Amino acid sequence: MTIGIVIFPGSNCDRDVHWALQGCLGRSTRFLWHEERDLKGLEAVVLPGGFSYGDYLRCGAIARFAPVLEEVKTFADRGGPVLGICNGFQILTEMGLLPGVLTRNAGLHFLCESTPLEVQPGRCQWLANYHDGEQINLPIAHGEGRYQLDSEDMKRLEDNGQVVLRYRNNPNGSVANVAGITNISGNVLGLMPHPERACDDVSGGIDGRRLLAAALG
Amino acid sequence: MAWQDLTKARTTVPLYNARVQISLRPSVLDPAGEATRAAATRLGVTGIKRLRIGKAIELELEAADRATAEAQVTLLSDRLLANPVIEDWSLELAELN
Repeated sequence: MTIGIVIFPGSNCDRDVHWALQGCLGRSTRFLWHEERDLKGLEAVVLPGGFSYGDYLRCGAIARFAPVLEEVKTFADRGGPVLGICNGFQILTEMGLLPGVLTRNAGLHFLCESTPLEVQPGRCQWLANYHDGEQINLPIAHGEGRYQLDSEDMKRLEDNGQVVLRYRNNPNGSVANVAGITNISGNVLGLMPHPERACDDVSGGIDGRRLLAAALG
Repeated sequence: MAWQDLTKARTTVPLYNARVQISLRPSVLDPAGEATRAAATRLGVTGIKRLRIGKAIELELEAADRATAEAQVTLLSDRLLANPVIEDWSLELAELN
């Protein structure tokens, strides 16, 4: 029962995810270098935050072609739980596992702060430990987190209950206050806030614990 | 025609210069463009009604013919250079040799 943590050149939250899962929650983890293809024995996969491949071209645009992600896509298509945090969320949209795209914050600033959020878990596996309408606080740290999707597709997303995490203060100008979305079947979650930075008591909050704890059901 | 020329004619693949111009779709907010427009006003340049920031990518590629070159750059632009959710792109293609 092991959780895979993907490392791209430029990832910088892989150790934080490792600490949250293994140090705080006692889960077994395995790092996956971006060139690896072996996901055998993994129960879930996390794409951590950072600046994969320097965020060249667009955030996540180059990462999409990493060998490990071909396997992650197959894993997700078969119902395997996949979590994309921050840059990981950007990569999931570029891969087409989640709709939309993350663009430059409306205010242009890189935002590094705690944000109030509302959870609407629906059928998202990763949020099964939160109740509908629950308000939590998670830190954000991004320059390109403004979720963008045309109104027609946005309506479909809302109708399907795929918007599972919303900002209560919308710090970056995201459409419909979107902070996190899930896929139709609920096994893939992408979110801009960092749950792994809210797992240890010393970090000022543990609202992210139940999210990462859901990795192994 | 000398035999050297025949060999040369057979092995030379046309080279194309492609310029892909990527722009944000009109419905997408461009905060960097807005900030630049505000700075332009402070510089004293007035009358700017619209300023949008995009990017241009130039490449040279070998292809059997123009249609092949166009198909290759179209694939590249659709799948890698631009994200169709927020961006449009246009192509200028010219043969170099």
